Amino acid sequence: MFEAIVNGLSGLTASFAHLHWSNPVMIAVGCLFLYLGIQKDVEPLLLVPIGFGAIITNIPLAELMAEDGFLRVIYNMGVANELFPLLIFIGIGAMTDFGPLLENPKIFLLGAAGQFGIFITIGLALFFGFDKLDAVAIGVIGACDGPTAIYVTSKFAPHLLGAVSVAAYSYMSLVPIIQPPLMKLMTTEKERKINMSELSTTTPASRETKIVFPIVVTIFGGLIAPKGLPLLATIMLGNLMKECGVVSRLTKASENEIANVVTLFLGISIGATMEGRAFLNPQTLMVLAFGFVAICLDTICGVGFGKIMNVATGGKINPLIGAAGISAYPMAARVVQKEGLKYNKFNFLLMHAVGANTGGQCGSVMAAAIMLSVLQGMGIIP
Amino acid sequence: MDNWTFGITMLVVGMGGTLVALALLALIMGLLKKIFPLKEESK
Repeated sequence: MFEAIVNGLSGLTASFAHLHWSNPVMIAVGCLFLYLGIQKDVEPLLLVPIGFGAIITNIPLAELMAEDGFLRVIYNMGVANELFPLLIFIGIGAMTDFGPLLENPKIFLLGAAGQFGIFITIGLALFFGFDKLDAVAIGVIGACDGPTAIYVTSKFAPHLLGAVSVAAYSYMSLVPIIQPPLMKLMTTEKERKINMSELSTTTPASRETKIVFPIVVTIFGGLIAPKGLPLLATIMLGNLMKECGVVSRLTKASENEIANVVTLFLGISIGATMEGRAFLNPQTLMVLAFGFVAICLDTICGVGFGKIMNVATGGKINPLIGAAGISAYPMAARVVQKEGLKYNKFNFLLMHAVGANTGGQCGSVMAAAIMLSVLQGMGIIP
Repeated sequence: MDNWTFGITMLVVGMGGTLVALALLALIMGLLKKIFPLKEESK
């Protein structure tokens, strides 16, 4: 009888006995995410489920990520097979207005330059000893696009998923802090004051152009980089539904119900990958550091390319808008507008920056798609 | 394939491919705007 009581009590204390030092640390990290999401309004839609997932996955013996644990079921349902990021992309496509980009298609080039950091960071990660696919997953943080980073990482480096996701979303929310000093460093005061409202050569795109745009991008992008077609096709499907205007129920479902449910599942699944023993290691810190480098390089390359376009157009382009080419939609565009106003209070760069920003959105997906097809071409992935 | 070759290939083909692909898309978009111009009443 006494023994049975002792055994019963031991069942209530077994979790404490199995706590590894890393578990309380990760529970504290989960609480920090909750604090940032709830109190500081930093990406709350993701940080709240990620933080909660990180807390519960670090409670020993709960076996939430075991074969049939409920977090494992959710993880297998949409992260392991890359479904969740793709569903989110349909919602993002449905929420994105490519109109400002189509008004001035040349700005597309800034969306390409804003992705250069991805490829430079891959080289850096390789130099510091990461293997090829890990380096690719680390580089893709520079896409400044959470679903793209999650898609690529869950496919080729699932053991880095927690670190890469946290880096991608954290740095995206830190764009207003990371970018302004680099923008200032890369430009002269004269360049920052360039007023782009004088750029009157742009014309708005017609409804037909906006409808044909996602179809053309899907076909063209798919032919160039078939391996990345799921990424391109889903974002463009969402955008096509938005622009054609005849499936408003589907558009609303994509940008609301589907995106919300999937965001919840995705967030909690990412949190579930942050088990202390697997997460707390030097590699995670290096991933976070390289993620930061990638976003800085994106900004530098974007603004640098803006300077080239400024020269090529005879001084009509304000190089600051290059910083919006990094994706991180729409935060980067807001940063450009704010910085532009600091130096010329009559300079409204927002619409041009939004154009570059949607170009970056498209560019990040295209860059990831091209990267996957290059990897396939080199025989690194099947 | 060694890491050095892989890194350089990704840098050249990845960056170049992204730039060329988006430049071509920009050209196609310019062309589309000419094929489907904004009608006067839409303005």
